[in-house]
Amino acid sequence: MVTETTYNYRVVRQFAVMTIVWGVVSMLVGVIIAAQLAWPALNFDLPWVHFGRLRPLHTNAAIFAFGGCALFGTSLYVVQRTCQARLLSDQLAGVVFWGWQAVIVLAAITFPLGFNSSKEYAELEWPIDVLITVVWVSYAVLFFGTIMKRKVQHIYVANWFYGAFILTVAVLHLVNSAAIPVSFWKSYSVYAGTTDAMIQWWYAHNAVGFYLTAGFLGIMYYFVPKQAGRPIYSYRLSVVHFWALISIYMWAGPHHLHFTALPDWIQSVGMVFSLILLAPSWGGMINGIMTLSGAWSKLRTDPVLRFMIVSLSFYGMSTFEGPMMSIKTVNALSHYTDWTIGHVHSGALGWVALVSMGAMYSLIPNLYGLKDVYSKTLVEVHFWIATIGIVLYIASMWIAGVMQGLMWRAVNDDGTLTYSFIESVEKTFPFYVIRLAGGLLFFIGMLIMAWNIWRTIASAQPSQVQDAIPQSA
Amino acid sequence: MTLLLIRSAFTLFMFASFLGICWWAYNRKQKPRFDDAANLPFADEEAHHRSQQGRKKC
Repeated sequence: MVTETTYNYRVVRQFAVMTIVWGVVSMLVGVIIAAQLAWPALNFDLPWVHFGRLRPLHTNAAIFAFGGCALFGTSLYVVQRTCQARLLSDQLAGVVFWGWQAVIVLAAITFPLGFNSSKEYAELEWPIDVLITVVWVSYAVLFFGTIMKRKVQHIYVANWFYGAFILTVAVLHLVNSAAIPVSFWKSYSVYAGTTDAMIQWWYAHNAVGFYLTAGFLGIMYYFVPKQAGRPIYSYRLSVVHFWALISIYMWAGPHHLHFTALPDWIQSVGMVFSLILLAPSWGGMINGIMTLSGAWSKLRTDPVLRFMIVSLSFYGMSTFEGPMMSIKTVNALSHYTDWTIGHVHSGALGWVALVSMGAMYSLIPNLYGLKDVYSKTLVEVHFWIATIGIVLYIASMWIAGVMQGLMWRAVNDDGTLTYSFIESVEKTFPFYVIRLAGGLLFFIGMLIMAWNIWRTIASAQPSQVQDAIPQSA
Repeated sequence: MTLLLIRSAFTLFMFASFLGICWWAYNRKQKPRFDDAANLPFADEEAHHRSQQGRKKC
């Protein structure tokens, strides 16, 4: 007798709900620090809520808590569904979920207390790094173990992207976090000087490439076709897209260290690889958007699909902006200015957050045996509030960044600087307020989503879920 | 000189690999397999519905 497969949706539900929770938290912290940049007095002279301590909390919460839960949840869902196999182990799934939540909570405690290894996007101190390693290895065993017991021949392209993300992040984390502990909450990197900087930005840019790109492309390759009700535009292109993207991303990190002590030729290598990256990035974007070819009208009626397609547009925009900013002459203007912050957020809010939100709106009702979210109107409202928020955010940071770059490089005839640094800070003030407004709108959108999802889950009584009539797609 | 040779050879190797992947992916022979693969997101609705109903257990 053949036993019928059921999937482990418990861990997917857990991660999906926590995606929403950490989304609210990370964006709230973002709004607070944006306000502090406009009005520094808002740190109330308290060390625990100082910008320097809250900023890593914001970035880590957004990337590893919000983005992380979205990636864990969707990957464990997609791998089961496209392999037609239940997760390797329910116990291991529990370890991954609770372990990752423990990492997040520890981050939320240690950052305000001032524990920080000073590696950007890898600020957590070594005991937490060890815990991350344990959780990550469990996750890898769970994911690849499920692929190994798949009932279908082919490994769907989304799983290739998730797999690359899991494997690469493991390598990045181990190499960049290598440190010598001097006490329980203090350690020093095993690398020194320029090497340390290069390792750090090799790590950080590949966190962008494999965590924030490959992982979320995994989401795209499953949820866009699913929501559109048609297969991906070109499966062949997805194969070329995968191999080209992962081979090129690995070498782009040096563009973070233009005009530093890093040898000039490595800077040029980083720039060239960043420029080449445009091709696979846009290949992937086109593949996602063209999935709607011949069915564009769905965009008018389905706000969830609109989240996904607009996220791909922002992805295309920021993967054009990135290569452009990596050109040394452009970087000479943009480096260290708020343009960089604008670029990051056009990727983080426009691409990562919107595609995650779209996937969650599509996934969560499904997990609870419902056809749709509680209110489609609220999804619509969320979409517009979020989009306007992003545009305000990135436009203000572009203007502020270019202005700062121009002011810093302006020199008088006698070679002295035209402006002091503080003058550029003063001139930036209105843009910081506009950025705050944009961030606030985005945060409000997230609150609307949380309410909508709350109502959705509350409306799914266990008895109703049981009685749900199977519908064929 | 040897290092330069190795680097050049590696660059050419990577380029050849890329061409190989393109040739393989766009080869007509892969078409049926890729069509099957592309439809995987739509192939498991039954197991999905069984799992939704299994909610009370988990």
